[in-house]
Amino acid sequence: MRALARRLLAQPLFWPCLTLGLLITLNAALNPGFLALAWRDGHLFGNLIDILNRAAPLALVAAGMTLVIAARGLDISVGAVVAIAAATGALCVSATGSLAVAVVAALAVALACGLWNGLLVVAVGMQPIIATLILMVAGRGIAQLITSGQIITIYYAPYDFIGNGFLLGLPIAAVLAVAVIVLLHTLLSVTPLGLYIRAIGINPLAARIAGVRARPITLCLYGFCGLMAGLAGLIISSNVKSADANNAGTLLELDAILAVTLGGTALTGGRFSLAGTAIGALIIQTLTSTIYSLGVPPEVNLVFKAALIFVVMLLQSAEFRASIRGLATRPLDPA
Amino acid sequence: MAELLQARGIVHAYAGKPALSGVDFTLRAGEVHALMGQNGAGKSTLIKVLTGAAPLQTGRISLAGQPIRPASTQEAQALGISTVYQEVNLCGNLSVAENIFAGRQPLRRWTRGGGIDWRALNQRARTLLAGLDFEIDVRQELRTFPVAVQQMVAIARAIDISARVLILDEPTSSLDSDEVEKLFAAMRRLRESGMAIVFVTHFLDQVYAVSDRITVLRNGALVGEYAAASLDHAALVAAMVGRTASGREATPNDPPPARTTTGEQHPVVQARNLARRGSVAAVNLEIRPGEILGLAGLLGSGRTEVARLLFGLDRADAGEIRINGQAVSLGCPAQAIAHRMAFCPEERKTEGIVEDLSIRDNIVLTLQARMGLWRKLAAAERIEITNRLARMLDIRAASLDIPIGELSGGNQQKCMIARALATNPQLLILDEPTRGIDVAGKQEIMNQLTQLAAQGMALLFISAEVDELLRVATHIVVMRDRRQAGTLPGGSTEDQVYALIAAPAEGVQ
Repeated sequence: MRALARRLLAQPLFWPCLTLGLLITLNAALNPGFLALAWRDGHLFGNLIDILNRAAPLALVAAGMTLVIAARGLDISVGAVVAIAAATGALCVSATGSLAVAVVAALAVALACGLWNGLLVVAVGMQPIIATLILMVAGRGIAQLITSGQIITIYYAPYDFIGNGFLLGLPIAAVLAVAVIVLLHTLLSVTPLGLYIRAIGINPLAARIAGVRARPITLCLYGFCGLMAGLAGLIISSNVKSADANNAGTLLELDAILAVTLGGTALTGGRFSLAGTAIGALIIQTLTSTIYSLGVPPEVNLVFKAALIFVVMLLQSAEFRASIRGLATRPLDPA
Repeated sequence: MAELLQARGIVHAYAGKPALSGVDFTLRAGEVHALMGQNGAGKSTLIKVLTGAAPLQTGRISLAGQPIRPASTQEAQALGISTVYQEVNLCGNLSVAENIFAGRQPLRRWTRGGGIDWRALNQRARTLLAGLDFEIDVRQELRTFPVAVQQMVAIARAIDISARVLILDEPTSSLDSDEVEKLFAAMRRLRESGMAIVFVTHFLDQVYAVSDRITVLRNGALVGEYAAASLDHAALVAAMVGRTASGREATPNDPPPARTTTGEQHPVVQARNLARRGSVAAVNLEIRPGEILGLAGLLGSGRTEVARLLFGLDRADAGEIRINGQAVSLGCPAQAIAHRMAFCPEERKTEGIVEDLSIRDNIVLTLQARMGLWRKLAAAERIEITNRLARMLDIRAASLDIPIGELSGGNQQKCMIARALATNPQLLILDEPTRGIDVAGKQEIMNQLTQLAAQGMALLFISAEVDELLRVATHIVVMRDRRQAGTLPGGSTEDQVYALIAAPAEGVQ
């Protein structure tokens, strides 16, 4: 029994899962209908489905971020790339009336943004945080240029489908996020890419000397991170049926980094977990729902969220848990 | 001479595994005492016990007649026992003076504003280093100095904190011979001032250059304490490895094979006037299958730079490299590996191992990388290859699935050779493969190299130890001041090599 408990505790996903479980329990206690699922108009409805749906853009961005961080990088421009992709998608769909053109254009622009970041890091040799800071600041401006400073409202019905549609009874966005993360996970385990990313994250120089093509791989990871931000941008703009250059994806980069950390990926590179990141994104979205369902006044909303995140991070900190355990088991002073 | 530090009947076990079983050690004031033994003989454990880094489990230690029981390195330091480790444990971003006095900075009186008295700090640092015959700008950041200087700063710090017993744990492994000579001069000076110095090293020559007495450990037990003057090379090696003496004259690979046997074959690699500005000038060399080219020279002579150019780690800006007669352009290691080259870098920690990956992943990394981005090495094959290489190179680990960072330096080095061999290279470049490895381990690696050459591999072997090169090389290229000083045939003498290396530092050889 104890051995089983110890094995469970040693699982890297144990603490993120426990945190998510506690949050859901808290919500269920506060709101008896929280766990209820209903089948209406051929779709699943309920708070849990809602969380899944709303966490989807964050989970996608955080998945891209996980790989970049695993290879010792960082991308703080993802929020701005979301805005650029949203603006591009909205503009294209308004101009051409074609969903396919809009999607392809938005994703292509986002990919280009990611590759730009990657080039700055790999070819120019900038610090990742500085390299992506450039696009983080400039990106909002670019998005405003695309929208000519206006909020573009989207009247094209098929575009709605990305953010609000359903597939097999589940929200499209959630299906997309799950599919991407599962595919990615499979790709990393059936190909040696996962090993290369870890090697680059642990010791980039040694990996390069060992023959791992560290530079092209790192470049591609930034490109992929941009692509994921683009996908999230499409979902977000479709959700609200508009592209707002100023507000789409604000602070999303910080939420993404938080989700990655909550999931047990080391910010120092090397150790990463996509499943952990997905759970991290769910934790953050559940937190947000909790705040709404508790009826926290809007003015203390952020303070409350900060406090909750603080508690969650304490729970996840191995050092903190060790010191708690030390307090609990310290023998009494013989004197 | 007065006995300063006495350790009697030291027993120490890690998690039930004995590392020391009843070792005695005596250190006298005013002597340099070499502590010798192979990897795993118990040198490090003994030092840890003496310096409080490991608790004293069984046995007695006394310092100047008083029993002591240091519970931490700080406590040992307060008693007068300081240690300088192989890796410099200082802060590169602080100045030399700050490093020496970190935690003990002279302060200004509060009437003068309080804070650190920088003038006194720098003055005292200068005086202290001058006492070691060392003059540098103590206000400069430590990291701007070469490792040798950093080591000297570490020693200055140690002797300023406490000046009775100084323990130097492999202080010379990253120094070139000039720097070693400087260090020895400092050691002799300290010895004259009555300090007792424990000197741990793998270099036999250095032991004789500076030590008065030698204590040899083997398998956690004391073999004996000898006066350095009365114990010759062969006897020392015999004491360390526990075999009858076979000096360097009687190594199994003598005489070195001449290169005539393979003279007609196409060279595997040829370098013509290979050069890179600021790195090396005009290197010419060729290696045929079955040959071992030795690359000799002092630290900083351009040895490593030649290897980096050949392996595509640096881009040459003049000259050409031909592989099997074809001119190639190498822009990154992956391209060199595609041409069936392999490289064991000198800096194992920073350029070699990927610390948190398992031993298996580390060994197959290059083989896997050569297969590209999508195709994964089959699980069974991965296990078969790593098992085979671990057996062949005698890699000792509890399991091949533990992180490579948990292995000892010697075993990590073997893993790096295993990684190279896993790709079945036609050219293997080894940069200082025997550094930091004990005598028996060195011999094993040298035997492996000759065997590989006998099977038709071409090897480029870089080493600072000329006798090692002469033992296996079929020909030798000597580097000096970042250019090729000359080429010698196999079977040359050490004197011939040293004549090309330029004036070898006296006393070290």
